Amino acid sequence: MADRDDRSIEHHSYDVVVIGAGGAGLRAAIEARLQGKRVAIISKSLFGKAHTVMAEGGCAAAMGNANPNDNWQVHYRDTMRGGKFLNNWRMAELHAKEAPDRVWELETYGALFDRTKDGKISQRNFGGHTYPRLAHVGDRTGLELIRTLQQKIVSLQQDDHEVTGDYQANLRVFHECTITELFTTSPGPGAPAEERRIAGCFGYFRNDGRFVRFDAPAIVMATGGVGKSYQVTSNSWEYTGDGHALALRAGATLINMEFLQFHPTGMVWPPSVKGILVTESVRGDGGVLRNSEGERFMFEYVPDVFKEQYATSEEEADRWYTDPDNNRRPPELLPRDEVARAINSEVKAGRGSPHGGVFLDIASRLKPEEILKRLPSMHHQFKELADVDITKEPMEVGPTCHYVMGGIEVDPDTGMSSVPGLFAAGECSGGMHGSNRLGGNSLSDLLVFGRRCGLFAAEYVDALGGLPQVASGDVEAAIERALLPFSSATDGGENPFVVQLELQRTMHELVGIIRKADEMEMALKKLEDIATRTRTVSVEGHREFNPGWHLALDLRNMLLVSLCVGKAALERQESRGGHTRDDFPVMDSDWRHVLLVCRGLGEDDVELTRKEQIPMRPELFDLFELDELKKYYTGEELGGHRTEPAK
Amino acid sequence: MIRTTGKDAGEDGDENDVSSTTDIADQRAAGRARIAARTLRTDRWWLPPLLNLVGLGAWVVYATVRAFMQAWYFVPEYNYLTPFYSPCVSYGCVEQAAHFGRFVPDVPWLPFALISLPFLLLFRLTCYYYRKAYYRAFWGSPPACAVAEPHGKYTGETRFPLILQNLHRYFFYIAAIISIINTYDAIRAFVKADGSFGLGLGNIILVANVVLLWAYTVSCHSCRSIVGGRLNHFSRHPMRYKAWTFVTRLNGKHMQLAWTTLASLAITDAYIMCVSAGWIPDLRIVG
Amino acid sequence: MAKHDHHFRVWRGDAEGGQLVDYPVEVNDGEVVLDIIHRLQQTEAGDLAVRWNCKAGKCGSCSAEINGRPRLMCMTRMSTFADDEVVTVTPLRTFPVIRDLVTDVEYNYVKAREVPAFAPPAGVAPGEYRMQQVDVERSQEFRKCIECYLCQNTCHAVRDHEENKAAFSGPRFLMRIAELDMHPLDAADRRDLAQEDHGLGYCNITKCCTEVCPEHIKITDNAIIPLKERVVDRKYDPVVWLGNKLFRR
Repeated sequence: MADRDDRSIEHHSYDVVVIGAGGAGLRAAIEARLQGKRVAIISKSLFGKAHTVMAEGGCAAAMGNANPNDNWQVHYRDTMRGGKFLNNWRMAELHAKEAPDRVWELETYGALFDRTKDGKISQRNFGGHTYPRLAHVGDRTGLELIRTLQQKIVSLQQDDHEVTGDYQANLRVFHECTITELFTTSPGPGAPAEERRIAGCFGYFRNDGRFVRFDAPAIVMATGGVGKSYQVTSNSWEYTGDGHALALRAGATLINMEFLQFHPTGMVWPPSVKGILVTESVRGDGGVLRNSEGERFMFEYVPDVFKEQYATSEEEADRWYTDPDNNRRPPELLPRDEVARAINSEVKAGRGSPHGGVFLDIASRLKPEEILKRLPSMHHQFKELADVDITKEPMEVGPTCHYVMGGIEVDPDTGMSSVPGLFAAGECSGGMHGSNRLGGNSLSDLLVFGRRCGLFAAEYVDALGGLPQVASGDVEAAIERALLPFSSATDGGENPFVVQLELQRTMHELVGIIRKADEMEMALKKLEDIATRTRTVSVEGHREFNPGWHLALDLRNMLLVSLCVGKAALERQESRGGHTRDDFPVMDSDWRHVLLVCRGLGEDDVELTRKEQIPMRPELFDLFELDELKKYYTGEELGGHRTEPAK
Repeated sequence: MIRTTGKDAGEDGDENDVSSTTDIADQRAAGRARIAARTLRTDRWWLPPLLNLVGLGAWVVYATVRAFMQAWYFVPEYNYLTPFYSPCVSYGCVEQAAHFGRFVPDVPWLPFALISLPFLLLFRLTCYYYRKAYYRAFWGSPPACAVAEPHGKYTGETRFPLILQNLHRYFFYIAAIISIINTYDAIRAFVKADGSFGLGLGNIILVANVVLLWAYTVSCHSCRSIVGGRLNHFSRHPMRYKAWTFVTRLNGKHMQLAWTTLASLAITDAYIMCVSAGWIPDLRIVG
Repeated sequence: MAKHDHHFRVWRGDAEGGQLVDYPVEVNDGEVVLDIIHRLQQTEAGDLAVRWNCKAGKCGSCSAEINGRPRLMCMTRMSTFADDEVVTVTPLRTFPVIRDLVTDVEYNYVKAREVPAFAPPAGVAPGEYRMQQVDVERSQEFRKCIECYLCQNTCHAVRDHEENKAAFSGPRFLMRIAELDMHPLDAADRRDLAQEDHGLGYCNITKCCTEVCPEHIKITDNAIIPLKERVVDRKYDPVVWLGNKLFRR
């Protein structure tokens, strides 16, 4: 048990430290261990509780089990389209190619996906995916994924136990542990990122407040997203952008931070669960959106770029569920950003439901037994939390902050950031999903790039000459910062919960789904003020499991990522994917190839620079028809495209 | 905020403030939260075990009395034989009631259905449902969920004698045979003493009882395992999968069937006793 | 929105000792117990320790005992209590307490490590696994488990008998063994170890695990009893033994 001023530190050394125990982190740890490395996994919550459990719909992989026409090229095209061609195409390519192997691998770890008639993994339809592509287990796929990876970790520990007599000899989980600082070599201010190397990290155990330090030449960030900076979010308390902020402070860069995905269907009532996710599978399995006038309004909101792929009448849309080859998709299955905006417009036009959402109706579309079989946890969730029986009544839903497309800028093949030794996978990395992520692509993203990060972290460690050393001054500074909320310097400071609320409200109201320049400018001003207040929040009590203290430290991460989101959103003068500008409502081809890069300036400021996107490799470019590319690319960019249509 | 002054939780007037006899010092050593109250449940958690205690107790008393009564177990006119005396194998049995011969000495301390009653008793005693009911109601192990049990030690079914609960399956096999005998009895009862067909309320009761007995027997967890539960590939055994699905559905009602059959057995026996003793006439429909 | 007052009692303390502390609270329509705990945190009890994550009954973090019943705080709606009913929230009793409502659930992670992992079938490459839906459904039910450990907490075999923790893995992990034993492609036989290493015999099927499971998994009927029956198959059944002797060898 730590006294408030106890400065003692538990010290560990590992080859690879993985921060985050969601899908990406666990997959990275598995791979690094398989490569023979000693690995630590650090988790803010208990092992097995990571936010990945919330993923419901499935894991996209072009296995072609449900429709043999599916292959990686189709998946690649869907992903690029979904991201409005702003994606890092190399990541999208690797993702589409490797996802099937990653899913099959899970079966050898013991995963039990739903099956097709011939015993293969069943695949379901999802927004933006041309063919049924999502491997799933009812509507609890994320849970299956996390449990499977967790059990694989245990299995590797059992192997180590056979040899060493110690389960945790070479692979150890440090749970309920928060990392507050990364250590790099030569951390002089202004030093270029490449000159720094990762040397370790520092944090505290949540349960007793003890400090802990890990020395490691390679660190994999897998900390997930930033949704807790918003008022209405499907994300849990953990999603405070720790990885994003730690990377910034260590000298790495973030890209695409203006792109936030608002999931179209979150619960809107009761208030305590506002924002909690209602899976897209409800729509994939036939659910439709209606406004208060009973109108199936999505037909009014099909944007021009998607006109050819989506049905124009209810009859055609309904036929698609049984005969997808000869009919176009229902507009409810448009990419998430489109649906979220449509719902937003309906509510603003006064056609919303009683609690400020719209109706999602599955009750009139499927038999009760069928709903219970396909959407058991949705049924459970609504029954228990809202007292709504979804087999009898429609749900009330509205947009909720769900996913950040932006994240740590990494090399697409290795997952390494601009700071040598710092890797990132999953939601906290950026580029893969462009301006908007397709449903189902996040679980596959975790697996593909989690594995790659583990693999290349191990390679990096092997290639390293000497071990980078942690500077003792850095450790002292880290202790100082961690204890700041308890110190006399913050006496009379605010309650961190109050500051958090203010931050969330600012982001929600001023940098939300629909954005305007003046509002964002105001938001940035407010954030400046919040930055000062964040430095001086004050906490009472002890260090054992003290939620106020935890929040006080998380708050500065939330602040830093909010600044990135705000600045990047103000800079990008167009609307694309998860970034909608009221003052620049259309997509602009001149912005497609521009990436906005954030760099940290001290504890609570960031600078923004522009960077050109690398052009797509010709053979990938040729996978698209010229007509489609014209909607996204400028004239001169199209020069190299093949001219004849693909066969 | 009002602070309570009690050293430990639950000392401020909780109605269930009965210190458990489990070793509290031991649990403190394990670092558990020091909450002295045996339970903080506020519902009437003691009611279900009490009802079970009363229900099972009453039935056992009735069944014991009847098993040793050696009277009013048969209605010769209509061939009604109570299941409590089937098969009737004592030399004391009425010849007409002894469908399977007589070979057990007629002494007052041996029930006439000596060869079936012990197994029926054991079948129910080792039944997964009854185990739950009597462990909770009679042994308080536990009395209800999250209510401390009044025992210092617990080894469950790991050692003698409770390890013998694993023999449930043997008793299931025997109970199935006895159910066949009961079925035979119920069918025989459609033939009156004079050889002609007859139908009375007694027949309906006997048949209903037998149907319920079958349902209880087939819905047994052992049966569920034997017919298909032990397989890992249902898809390779479609018939057994069907059987398993059927038994699984019945198995969901095992508790209800356990109680219903206790009632139906008692009602059947009581009815035959009443008719046999001449207290009431059988309500005849045919013949 | 309708508001009303309620009387909360929350256990505050650590392994050294603690007490129930009274808090008058305000409750809004549609709120759950966890909301009230959070409000206390944000107002008068900033250091009130509570573990939670998803707030939607999917992660199994916010387990506690509410009016003596093991439950998830996020799934216990305030509307289930009468207006004048005192709501008492205490930490799980079976595990060591860390502080307030947070307990040390390490026991469960230790037991999880002791269950031999899935044994992949020899000679089947990734991508070539073929399983029928009917064959995976039973294990899928058990994989719904969110590891809230309410079953582990409720089971009297360890709740009332600390000394049994060494020999008994608890319902969660007996169910895990059942899940693997019923897995159509698992290559290991887990019946002996269920009984000998994980204490299957300690279960006296009094079904409290099933009663408290927030996922409504039929732990006793579908996992533990079938596992007991499989052990009987192997160790106690003469007919199966005879059948094996006559037809298999």
